[in-house]
Amino acid sequence: MDFIGIRTSGIDFIGRRKIWYAISLTLIVIGLLSLFVRGLNFGIDFKGGSLIHIKFNKTGVNSGDVRQILSEFGLEKSNIQETSDGGIVIKTVEMEQDKLGQVLTALEEKLGKYDLLRSEKVGPVIGTELRRAGILALVIASVLQIVYITVRFEFKFAIAAILALLHDAFIAIAFFSLFQYEVDSSFIAAILTIIGYSINDTIVIFDRIRENLKNRRKESLQAVINNSINQTLARSINTVLAVVFVLVALLVLGGETTKNFSLALLVGVISGAYSSICVASPLWYEFKPEEHGKARVA
Amino acid sequence: MKWGKVAALLLVAGLIVGAAILAVDPLKKSLKLGLDLKGGVQVRLQAKGAVTDKELSQIIAIMRNRVDKLGVTEPIIQKEGENRILIELPGVKDPEAAINLIGKTAQLEFKTIDGTTVLTGKDLADAQEGKDPQTGEFFVGLKFNPEGTQKFAEVTTQLVNQYPEVNGKRDERRIIAILLDEDILQAPYVIEPITTGEGARITGYKDLQEAHNIAVLLRSGALPVPVEIIEKRTVGPTLGADSIVKSKTAGIWGLAAIMVFMLLYYRVPGIIANVSLVLYALIVLGVLAGLNATLTLPGIAGFLLSVGMCVDANIIIYERLKEELRNGKSLRAAIDAGFSRAFWTIFDANVTTLIAAAVLFYLGTGTIKGFAVTLSIGILSSMFTAITFTRFMLKTLADSKAVTNPRLYGA
Repeated sequence: MDFIGIRTSGIDFIGRRKIWYAISLTLIVIGLLSLFVRGLNFGIDFKGGSLIHIKFNKTGVNSGDVRQILSEFGLEKSNIQETSDGGIVIKTVEMEQDKLGQVLTALEEKLGKYDLLRSEKVGPVIGTELRRAGILALVIASVLQIVYITVRFEFKFAIAAILALLHDAFIAIAFFSLFQYEVDSSFIAAILTIIGYSINDTIVIFDRIRENLKNRRKESLQAVINNSINQTLARSINTVLAVVFVLVALLVLGGETTKNFSLALLVGVISGAYSSICVASPLWYEFKPEEHGKARVA
Repeated sequence: MKWGKVAALLLVAGLIVGAAILAVDPLKKSLKLGLDLKGGVQVRLQAKGAVTDKELSQIIAIMRNRVDKLGVTEPIIQKEGENRILIELPGVKDPEAAINLIGKTAQLEFKTIDGTTVLTGKDLADAQEGKDPQTGEFFVGLKFNPEGTQKFAEVTTQLVNQYPEVNGKRDERRIIAILLDEDILQAPYVIEPITTGEGARITGYKDLQEAHNIAVLLRSGALPVPVEIIEKRTVGPTLGADSIVKSKTAGIWGLAAIMVFMLLYYRVPGIIANVSLVLYALIVLGVLAGLNATLTLPGIAGFLLSVGMCVDANIIIYERLKEELRNGKSLRAAIDAGFSRAFWTIFDANVTTLIAAAVLFYLGTGTIKGFAVTLSIGILSSMFTAITFTRFMLKTLADSKAVTNPRLYGA
């Protein structure tokens, strides 16, 4: 039989909240700058256009060869990328089916046989709709989350959690802007999943704060929050690790088409774990000024 | 140690792992693969200009007709919104050829050599290929509606009378070109005045297939409103197969990493978590197969991600368990307390994620929907396994008194 003391030690997350705010604000400012200066690298899903993903049977065909063929069709300004598995992805302005056929024939005649892995064409309407649907999804999801958390917890929890999830969504967007990774339709799914994950993570901590507040004796609000975060810290880290294992595996071993999706999720999930601890909880603390006063008097 | 309980534990774990191994083949067979995994074509068509519901249904019927000729096993042709049609052709061998066929906007016109339009697609009732039993010639038989019959009779009579053949030499001005989208599809020469609604035949095909292809194009010429392809995605079979292999490898490594981690960090409960992960995967894939859901690439990603959620439920429970043990509770009491406290945490956390998945389902299209479905099923199954199975296994383990050292519970 052991005697174990009640643990109140651990990291003082709330006391260091100015540091977390500084980190988050710096990231947000960098993100905003990048968004204004570089913008997002929208793929054809958003911009409209055509995409051809081919893999030549013989090796050694490079983007230069392909560009030369494309220039015969006035498409020399297209984006041509060689993928890690030896394929070539060509993104052009929107091409009609006939022209696509001509381009494909020319490629085969001049550069040899190939396997057509993917071919896409997206009209400009689709991109506008995607953007609208994405923003709508973000707004609806946020409102529903606020309602649910307000019912189950309280309104101030909801606001802190929503700010944290918007923070995570923004960090993922900023990351894609800064490093100019392509944003396609799966990016919207990634953002919404990040939201789902981030809020999940935050709720686990808030749930503990709520529980600890019920059993609270004389501790200050700051101590209650700190204890709650520290008590759930192992869980927060282990869960994010488990998810990161899967995402890194998908990123490294998965196919070309899921790479950006996994990357967005990876950034968002890590940000989600950070924001639950360092953004959501301190923000909620800020929203409770009357409690600060009480704590100081006591 | 109570051997009965130990035996029960091992039996249940063995059953689950055994079932998982046995289920691999049936699951492989019953899970439908999406376009991105199987290869195939997805096309979104939009009517140009205003279109009524009836006209849209008519276009859908025509598209179905065209698609049927491609011999695709499970094509999807459905109305989308006010003026759109979504067509999905999984497993089609030559995607580009398929798009050429369905994408034909098919404005059919019959023109004389001077460029006058004498008939349009609206006048044509049917076109069928055939083989003349007497001459052995392949042909396409045209049937006009009453108005078309009348017009066709007039124009053929006029052409024959106006340009008589001199010494049996053909006069090219008797040709009536049939144009599809302003491209000449056929240019048959009018041999004689054709005055009955049954009688027009175009001959000169080398085989029945060629006649068939032309007949299909002529039949579908009667699109009430022109349509355009606003979105097209094709995935070749190689890429699909490659994606399956790659996501499988990624999945196996990701899962293996999680399992090793859980084992090292949580020890005995870690083993239970790993067995519950296997059960969880069985449930999710089984439900997906039962719902006849289509597995897409984002769907696989959603599944793997929800594995993270499943582990999370276990982690929340075990962390609670550790705390309760540290607070000096007995193993059995710690398990009870851990579960009752962890339940609402898991519930609230997962409901919020479900809300995001539900929104994604309602606003997303195609593969994104598939992702939302697998993610939702994953979240629900993870709650179910954590609350029922993990709990049962932990309690039985405690009752068996096989492992009593709190250290082996990670405390």
